[in-house]
Amino acid sequence: MAVTSSGTAKVTLPTDTQILITREFDAPKHLVYRAWTTPELIKRWWAGERGHVTKAEVDLRVGGRWRYVMVAHGGFEVAFHGDYQEIVANERLVATDVFEGMPDAQALDTLTLAEQDGRTTLTLLVQHSTKDHRDAHINSGMEGGMQEGMDQLELVAKSLL
Amino acid sequence: MARAATTTDAFNAVAEPRRRQILDLLAAGERPVNDLVAMLDLAQPLVSKHLRVLRQVGLVEVRDVGRQRLYRLNGIPLKPIHDWVKKYEQAWEERFGQLDAVLAELKESEGNGDGSD
Repeated sequence: MAVTSSGTAKVTLPTDTQILITREFDAPKHLVYRAWTTPELIKRWWAGERGHVTKAEVDLRVGGRWRYVMVAHGGFEVAFHGDYQEIVANERLVATDVFEGMPDAQALDTLTLAEQDGRTTLTLLVQHSTKDHRDAHINSGMEGGMQEGMDQLELVAKSLL
Repeated sequence: MARAATTTDAFNAVAEPRRRQILDLLAAGERPVNDLVAMLDLAQPLVSKHLRVLRQVGLVEVRDVGRQRLYRLNGIPLKPIHDWVKKYEQAWEERFGQLDAVLAELKESEGNGDGSD
């Protein structure tokens, strides 16, 4: 396997109802945990290149609620929320995860951080209750990407006017 | 109960964990059904049934060599599944790319702090 300064996200589907995301970071786990759980920092990375985070609420205690709102480049708003169920600082975070556009499809996310030689392997296991919900979850990510593509296409088209 | 949709495409065919296991085994090379039966510890009729579904969606091909039927993987129908997951993976990689930048900054500010807190 190639050694790079930062890893590449790997997504696998271990069972019909799960999504497993893994990624290595060139930073110790307490910093990854901080970036994952601090609202000002979440705002800087969570939207990726698809928009910007307008709200990141984190009540980091068992039973506490989290909610993120993102405005995608297309102008539409998407929001996610959930409750923290298990918290082991810098190591493990279990939380429910609901896309507010699909409120019936609640997932359970388990974040695990493992550090070695100052680098951290992050694994995020997304457990859905049904295969349909799991598939819809992946599709919604894909639609986001397609939307982004359409937006870029629109820009190109406009520049040709 | 019959799962009517299993043979419609590769997505449905690989929804069944045993069939994914069969594909994993065939990924290592061509095999007769008896090998699969032994490796999976399943009854032959059941393995044959799974193989039939996999053949119907084109994921498995078969050829006769002497008295043996050898089954092999054909990965091409898996490409749409691969592409499907890839898109989702890309979205996460974009996110993690931004997270890399945040972490680089956190590392730097911790270094500058030099244990002063």
